[in-house]
Amino acid sequence: MEHAIWAEGLVKRFGQTTALDGVDLAVRPGTVLGLLGPNGAGKTTAVRVLATLLQPDAGHAAVRGYDVVRQAHQVRQLVGLTGQYASVDEALTGVENLVLIGRLLGMPRKRAKQRAHELLAQFNLSDAADRAVKTYSGGMRRRLDLAASLVGRPPLLFLDEPTTGLDPRARSELWELIRNLVAEGVTVLLTTQYLDEADALADEIVVIDEGRVIATGTPEELKAKTGGQSLAVRPAEASDLSAVVSIVGELAEVSPDVTGDLVTVPVSDPHLLPAVVRRLDEAGVVVTELTLSSSSLDEVFLTLTGHPAGSQDESEGSPA
Amino acid sequence: MTTATIPEVSPRVGPVEGLRQSLTLAWRTVVQVRHNPWEMSDFSIQPIMFVLLFTYVFGGAIAGSTSDYLTFMLPGMVVMNMLFVTLYVGQGLNTDLTKGVFDRLRSLPVARWAPLAGRIAADQVKQAWSIVLVLGVGMLLGFRLGTSVAGLLGAVVLLLVFALAFSWVAVLVGVVAKDPERVQIFGFTALFPLTFVSNVFVPAETMPGWLQAFVDVNPISILTDACRGLMLGDPWYTGAVAVPVVQSLVWAGVILAVFAPLSVWALKRRV
Repeated sequence: MEHAIWAEGLVKRFGQTTALDGVDLAVRPGTVLGLLGPNGAGKTTAVRVLATLLQPDAGHAAVRGYDVVRQAHQVRQLVGLTGQYASVDEALTGVENLVLIGRLLGMPRKRAKQRAHELLAQFNLSDAADRAVKTYSGGMRRRLDLAASLVGRPPLLFLDEPTTGLDPRARSELWELIRNLVAEGVTVLLTTQYLDEADALADEIVVIDEGRVIATGTPEELKAKTGGQSLAVRPAEASDLSAVVSIVGELAEVSPDVTGDLVTVPVSDPHLLPAVVRRLDEAGVVVTELTLSSSSLDEVFLTLTGHPAGSQDESEGSPA
Repeated sequence: MTTATIPEVSPRVGPVEGLRQSLTLAWRTVVQVRHNPWEMSDFSIQPIMFVLLFTYVFGGAIAGSTSDYLTFMLPGMVVMNMLFVTLYVGQGLNTDLTKGVFDRLRSLPVARWAPLAGRIAADQVKQAWSIVLVLGVGMLLGFRLGTSVAGLLGAVVLLLVFALAFSWVAVLVGVVAKDPERVQIFGFTALFPLTFVSNVFVPAETMPGWLQAFVDVNPISILTDACRGLMLGDPWYTGAVAVPVVQSLVWAGVILAVFAPLSVWALKRRV
């Protein structure tokens, strides 16, 4: 089956920084892929490469079979892009912005106006149609950004952190709009640093960190994989560390994460804790710490990336 | 399923389509001016103020009479104003780059050259407006054409051609500058000396020899000579007017040949 978006081994460097370090992606038509990662993980760079705004240093990517480097013009006809860097003109009114894009896409003046008003009505912006965009609220602004990427009815939509900085109400309004588009059959690539957003919208999630894909799966698979809970064991004697690792690993059926002398493992089976206690006792291993903590989605993220969501402030993408 | 139908995909943008896109983007710049009267006042009120100040404050002292000075200075004032108006190309481009509008445009299937071409086309509209304005105010104050309407039209065309070339300097400044304010700072620190150390406001003969040497090669002086020749003729400009006209065109060609590739290169590096 042909993928709507397909990427293999994407690499992008900015000077000393490697923003993408071999990213693979595959998105089926009509689905939503959530690209999840903290600030600076490379999400924006990935979207910019796929939207033809940046050329990768290595690897290939295609949108509906069109190469994003060699057939960039074709890709641009298929993709609508919304992100903080792909913005509308603040000096113009809402309707002027949408007419401008319609005209650039080759629509006759009348058709462009008609499409602009159609979108403004759909996005609940009709009342603000003739106001300069700089007077819009944050939520209105994002809705217009989204409308601007839909003027040409693209079959693919790239949404780069569409709700960052929005209040909860504006956020859920935007989610609803995105769900409606998906219902119409649009393929969506969504980047976000919010797990609940990926959980709410995405059919499949790709977690990236430091330019690498570190996990892939449906939201359910990811939660199961990282466990609803995690078990941490710290042996009293450092010499017992390998015994702890092998016992915990054998019982949990995954290889545990070792940080210093702390052994952690995701827990999906409630029988794990008593089993671990029994086996450690049998082996004569004394532990100073044995904790079972239920993990929120944020901890799932922490488990995968090794640091909490949004902990890195370093910005990514092209220099401002 | 309205949105998801696969559109017809074309392999490239034709030149006619690219031109139409450039004009659409030029239209956008003109609409921006309508929404932002401050910019309008910048290139409308400021030149009027300059004409009035120089004529009535300095004119008598420099030329002995305000009307003589107005005649002498006005062609140069048109040249100076033209340079400052090109700055809006840089400022607008810089705003697009910093606010993300430029990336939106690049994500659309439009000709790669359309955003720059649109800016420069819009600049020509602003240029034409400000030339007409300065000349109109001058005529109200008593400026009279010494040659013919053909000479005047020749000067206007020459100014527009020079503006076309010089706007590439503004493009470079717009690409390199961190924010739109810095484009303005460039205007004040580079364009003021360039226009004042010329024959725009006073004849070069009164300046020290080393300064005269610079004034003589300054393209602003040459272009001002050409405009004086085309608008006023004898005694304001004596000699063959073709000389400064051709020299101005050569200067325009050189500026274009240096700054257009440099700007495109800088833009590719920035985005």
